[in-house]
Amino acid sequence: MTATTFIDGLSLGAIYALIALGYTMVYGIAKMLNFAHGDIIMVGAYTVYSTLLWMGKPILAVIFAIAVCVILGVVIEKVAYKPLRGASPLAVLITAIGVSYLLQAIAQLAFGAKAVPVGLPRFPVLHIGDKLVVNVSTLITLGVGSVLMIALTLFIKKSKIGRAMIAVSEDRKAAQLMGVNVNRIISLTFAIGSALAAVASIFYLMQIPNTSPTLGSMPGIKAFTAAVIGGIGSIPGAMIGGVLLGVVEKICLSIPALNPYTTAIEFAILIVILMVRPTGILGKKIREKV
Amino acid sequence: MALLEVQNLEVNYGLIKAIKGISFEVNQGEIVSLIGANGAGKTTTLHAISNILPKSGGKVFFDGEDITDKKAHELVYMGIAHVPEGRRIFSELTVYENIQLGFFSRKDKREYEQSLQMVYEYFPVLQERQNQIAGTLSGGEQQMLAMSRALMSKPKLLLMDEPSMGLSPLYVNTIFEIVQKVNRESGTTVLLVEQNAKKALSISSRAYVLEIGNISLTGTGSELLNNKSVIEAYLGGE
Repeated sequence: MTATTFIDGLSLGAIYALIALGYTMVYGIAKMLNFAHGDIIMVGAYTVYSTLLWMGKPILAVIFAIAVCVILGVVIEKVAYKPLRGASPLAVLITAIGVSYLLQAIAQLAFGAKAVPVGLPRFPVLHIGDKLVVNVSTLITLGVGSVLMIALTLFIKKSKIGRAMIAVSEDRKAAQLMGVNVNRIISLTFAIGSALAAVASIFYLMQIPNTSPTLGSMPGIKAFTAAVIGGIGSIPGAMIGGVLLGVVEKICLSIPALNPYTTAIEFAILIVILMVRPTGILGKKIREKV
Repeated sequence: MALLEVQNLEVNYGLIKAIKGISFEVNQGEIVSLIGANGAGKTTTLHAISNILPKSGGKVFFDGEDITDKKAHELVYMGIAHVPEGRRIFSELTVYENIQLGFFSRKDKREYEQSLQMVYEYFPVLQERQNQIAGTLSGGEQQMLAMSRALMSKPKLLLMDEPSMGLSPLYVNTIFEIVQKVNRESGTTVLLVEQNAKKALSISSRAYVLEIGNISLTGTGSELLNNKSVIEAYLGGE
């Protein structure tokens, strides 16, 4: 394994981690699996595509992608999931899958089923020393991703609202008895998750500059895998799972003998970890409340 | 005027009528107990008042205002604090963070220090353990924490659900002493739900006996302590 592969892996891992955070936070706080989360990435990518087409300004594309994803995430929760609060988890799960297909179908109607190229600016490739070759976009992904994750961790740990989020995830009713508006906390969770997904979509486009209606499926399912590996509901878990998966993926891709089996290996890791630790690396034991 | 007035409260669990239209009131400055056997509907009543459980009928007034359909979190801002059964502290957070969450409904930073000092005076052990993860506290300490958390919101009305449950007699005494102290010193009105009828009646100005969803008896604390049927049913028939 070369240093280049490792840095590429960390960078891909940062993308997975950003997406995984959305899955894990929503699971922890709203107690549901939001399978439409991957498609938020796709919406982010088409927003970047459209903005660049109409206005040509990458910075506007970034801002719009985040804004559109945040609004979409919050609206989806209000319209599709909130009415189902207290319903069986299966009903919520099916609804989330429905929302996922709905978003893909809308994208297909609006932009066609074929992949379209997204004209984000190209970044230069840096040669550091003899061995290390990295694209600047990789470093941006790694840097911005790390900053966002640190900021999120500090927000959750130190701020009043962050602590209210922990309280809701641990005991929704007890949090209400403290005066916490649970609906507002859930909305905020969807907003944060969607914003991170939007950022991830931009990083994803910097690596693979085209988008299609099913763009979100693969990174979505990989990030979900990362969240489960790390222990779903755990924020540091999602980060660890994401980075682990990203590094493994890049290493496998760089070794010719393993290359064709990369995805299989990633999911095999999930199976092995779930066999050894059913709640994931940092997952908590499930406690029954009386 | 009563601080809390419950009129014909009904709660159903599916087809089962758990609370069958009970009415009672708690006046400003009182400690009122709701006693009764397991399954009589004491906890259900408190949950329905706090709106963490939907009511099937009836009305609840607080300070003259109709709070029947207020959201659970809104009631905290109005001055109702609920110490739930089983304590339900946030076990992953530290003792201090739990207490801080109790202040969630209030804004003034200076008042925060005051309230913090007050609960630390009531429960010095919590100050010693403020950086400890709350889940590692003993049952009695967790009850103290749950109470502190509620007191941090500076409530006019404190709803306490089975504070003695699962505690050693020593802790039970401490908790009940503090309930009386809070009532006396801050003028906080208390609605207490207890299975430990003797203990509850001994500190109550008035009490209601709840029997399978109906109020069967009411009186002052000492009246009920000496009432024959109460003695037989709830005080071990001495």
